[in-house]
Amino acid sequence: MNARSPLYMDLYARRLWLNRVNLMVSLLAMLFGLFWLGWILLTLFQAGFAGITADLFLKTTPPPGSSGGLINAIGGSLMMGVTGTLLGTPIGIMAGIYLAEFGSRGWLAPATRFINDILLSAPSIVIGLFIYEAYVVQVRHFSAWAGTMALALIVIPVVIRTTENMLRLVPDSLREAAAALGAPQWKIIMLVTVRAAQAGILTGILLAVARISGETAPLLFTALNNQFGTLNMNSPMANLPMVIFQFAMSPYEDWHRLAWAGALLITLSVLVLNILARVFFRNKTPMY
Amino acid sequence: MSAVVDHVPGLTKLAPTATMPTMLRTIPEGSLRKHHRLDLLFRHATRCFAFLVLALLLGILASLLLGSLPSIRAFGFGFFVSAEWNPVTQQFGALVPIMGTLATSAIALMIGIPVSFGIALFLTELSPIWLRRPLGTAIELLAAIPSIIYGMWGLFVFAPVFSQHVQPLLTQTLGSIPLVGALFQGAPMGIGVLTAGIILAIMVIPFMASVMRDVFEIVPAVLKESAYALGSTTWEVVWNVVLPYTKVGVVGGVMLGLGRALGETMAVTFVIGNAHRLSLSIMEPGNSIASALANEFTEAVGDLYLSALIELGLVLFLITFVVLALSKLLLMRLSRFEGQKT
Repeated sequence: MNARSPLYMDLYARRLWLNRVNLMVSLLAMLFGLFWLGWILLTLFQAGFAGITADLFLKTTPPPGSSGGLINAIGGSLMMGVTGTLLGTPIGIMAGIYLAEFGSRGWLAPATRFINDILLSAPSIVIGLFIYEAYVVQVRHFSAWAGTMALALIVIPVVIRTTENMLRLVPDSLREAAAALGAPQWKIIMLVTVRAAQAGILTGILLAVARISGETAPLLFTALNNQFGTLNMNSPMANLPMVIFQFAMSPYEDWHRLAWAGALLITLSVLVLNILARVFFRNKTPMY
Repeated sequence: MSAVVDHVPGLTKLAPTATMPTMLRTIPEGSLRKHHRLDLLFRHATRCFAFLVLALLLGILASLLLGSLPSIRAFGFGFFVSAEWNPVTQQFGALVPIMGTLATSAIALMIGIPVSFGIALFLTELSPIWLRRPLGTAIELLAAIPSIIYGMWGLFVFAPVFSQHVQPLLTQTLGSIPLVGALFQGAPMGIGVLTAGIILAIMVIPFMASVMRDVFEIVPAVLKESAYALGSTTWEVVWNVVLPYTKVGVVGGVMLGLGRALGETMAVTFVIGNAHRLSLSIMEPGNSIASALANEFTEAVGDLYLSALIELGLVLFLITFVVLALSKLLLMRLSRFEGQKT
């Protein structure tokens, strides 16, 4: 076709026009996403900072009408989050190593990968139900241990997935080099591949922590809530998400204020975790 | 990768023979044997942990099934077609929560898929380089916000604005269209199925967008440059080169979004209204499986009530399982058509 023919010019103009419209729509989509982020963070900071006082970190959750803080909820969230991560991370890393390093043959690896993908997106409330049935019903009381287990079960699939993905990014030439030097396989994996991928694995762990720090649903039927501070992992334990849920759904104005403050605390900690994950990953990225 | 590594244990057998290079013979045989044993131990240890994942799935299924037995015996198949949910008369049917879960997720995907695609397109092809990182971080931050924050914000901030400014508008415009109009009838209360769907959309957009962006970035520059060199516009490159190359990942991202939307609990619980009532309109309050569980489980009195709720949980788990399994199978078929990648 001649480049100067009207048909060609028509087609050309239409293609340019389509391009421009679609790119404009994509810009609008971006603004759409940022709009919600801005709106949510704005209200969160406004309402949250209004509720941040010294009492927040000194007193336990109050009955309606009196003043109080969130120290028992903050403590409970920290305890369950830390133990849950400590419980889930090693399991996740080991299973991830299996999938990445030994997973090329047999039925177990594909099956595990399939199931893990499903567990990764499985509703967290179902995890809570499972722990309720498997543990809470058996021991006949809600406890922080049950909450910890539920959180660990949420950590595991996240860590498995990132560990496997990150190990797969390690070039085979590294493994071959180590093997050529006569290193046994466990040394190749632990000292070469895992180390090469450690920044990515750490990012996965941080993201898992960020995920469980705001999880409410799995704690509903496991850790429940506690109006008082406790260090006993065998009793129901207050935690930020549950307190926020209870306080925000209540009709009391001062409970709402505390809920906003708690919501701000959670969001800030998630933010810090995400920035940390980024810093870790950026410094070590030249590996790839 | 393991094919190469697998030869290492074999060295134990080869080492003593005279034909091997001298360097290998100097390794003490005991040390090799020890490492071989350690290798086996290590491999089986990791295999056990992988097996744990399968055991976990079976455990979840078994315990939920066991817990819902009384309800299954009492209601049978009627559980899925009955809209009656009455703790007083001990009659429980799951139709309302199931429909609510499906409706909210459908709304979320309808809004979420195009927006996420647009965001991913903007981040990979359109945005200036220096803006990519901050903008990508901002979208990921949207994903990092816990669901309970979305719920609280939706209830206290979004719902009032929505009921005052948007809902009346929707009823006036879309509500007068025949057939579709019935979806948009009802009092503008702010809370309801539509609100829950919109909040869900905001929640799943960052997940789908960041997966799409990540897979778009995988596309080899040579492919895109070739298309540009042939005179393609940016949109044509994205539509005809990037998207076909990455469709597996894009479907994976949508799958991730759908999975999260189906089981999302707290955000929906705050804004859906928790009414066990079947309604054609998406403006009316409804209920989803997850929000029914979150609201009623700790206050459920009686074994049958509890058991019906656990059966709801089982249904939710099975729905998610089927959705994810289907999309996984689809992914496998797509990747077979495309041949070997990665």
